Amino acid sequence: MSVDVAIRKDLRADDRHFRLDVAFASEHRRIVLFGPSGAGKSLTLRAMAGLLSPDAGHVRVDGRTLFDRDAGVDLRASERGVAYVFQDYALFPHLTVAQNIGFGLHRGWFNPRRGTHDARVRHWIDTFELAGVAGSYPSRISGGQRQRVALARALIAEPRLVLLDEPFAALDPALRGRMRAELLALQARLDIQLLVITHDPADVDALDGHTIELRDGRVA
Amino acid sequence: MDGVWIPLALTLKVALWATAINLVLGVAVAFGLARWRSPAREVVDSVLTLPLVLPPTVLGYYLLVLLGRRGVFGAWLDRLGIELVFTWQGAVIASTLVAFPLVQKAARAAFEAVDPQLEDAARVLGLREVAVFFRVSLPLAARGITAGALLAFARALGEFGATLMIAGNLPGRTQTLSVAIYAAVQAGDDRTAGLMVAVVSVTCVVALLLAGWLAPGRVRRVRP
Repeated sequence: MSVDVAIRKDLRADDRHFRLDVAFASEHRRIVLFGPSGAGKSLTLRAMAGLLSPDAGHVRVDGRTLFDRDAGVDLRASERGVAYVFQDYALFPHLTVAQNIGFGLHRGWFNPRRGTHDARVRHWIDTFELAGVAGSYPSRISGGQRQRVALARALIAEPRLVLLDEPFAALDPALRGRMRAELLALQARLDIQLLVITHDPADVDALDGHTIELRDGRVA
Repeated sequence: MDGVWIPLALTLKVALWATAINLVLGVAVAFGLARWRSPAREVVDSVLTLPLVLPPTVLGYYLLVLLGRRGVFGAWLDRLGIELVFTWQGAVIASTLVAFPLVQKAARAAFEAVDPQLEDAARVLGLREVAVFFRVSLPLAARGITAGALLAFARALGEFGATLMIAGNLPGRTQTLSVAIYAAVQAGDDRTAGLMVAVVSVTCVVALLLAGWLAPGRVRRVRP
């Protein structure tokens, strides 16, 4: 597994100007993008996922080119096969836990009905001990459960690379340690590469991966 | 009693058609405006709001100019054998036009309130744009859109000016309730007028109560 990223993007809002100019490559199973807020971590992640189109550069995952400005390659987010766990999890509030987890299994125009359970959905519900809340809406479950739902929803498509945007920031400190251990235990069982962005040095220590420090839009 | 039921049935038919058309048209335009990043956006929005402020008779006049037999589109429709002036379909067009901003504005606000991150989440989960719309944006905006549609329905029920201009006052064919009320009062038939006034009033109050109950912000709870 490998990640090879070199992207440049100029962003203007009113009279402010921000240049993202980030390049890194890694074959480590855990890559940690570390830096203060405003360093360009989330922008880098969005560019890798196809939610932001860079002005120049390339994004390659496992040798597959997802984006290459010079070659004219820019796959849609829906075609990249890269999983993304959003900072506040971005669970669909109108769908149950089970529907959220199975969301990406059906690509059709309409949401499958409540109660139509795919075996894969059931597997992830069991893995994360969510059986008790499978029929609940995200507003009714705890922070730790929300993170598990977000992880399950991202992992169900069996991605090779999972991007995680500040996965522990929304949790209270006591839960944070537990969820870090849970994420590491999960990775030990699955053949996935994690790319985690964080501003918290404790995450850097706990994840013990290839740490890349970002500052003001570039690798420090 | 036929004096009440026939116009009532016609009015409901016209208002339902107008609401249905606006649900498709208003929602499509609102979604486009909510996503379109251009300075021209607010200009377009203002033009689309005109039916809310222009006198209905002015709107009716525009419709006559456009759709009348010698009108720009009217002449073309005439050749296809389609006639809108003095028909109930003409009344539908009048009601649709007058009520359009109510759906469009409510839908636009509802789409703009949808967290863009949820739409991004659907994209990275493999959904194409059409599926993102139907599975995330539309359901999350549904409350606001329904509230707008109810207002539009109430507005269409009471449409008078533009309807009279384009559809006229043909009992049993284009005479809607509000036009029939006017005709009944003119004819001195206070009993019929009073009954129809009561029917329109009650229906509008119910629609407004429902719209208020559905309006975003009132009940923030997402289905239990």
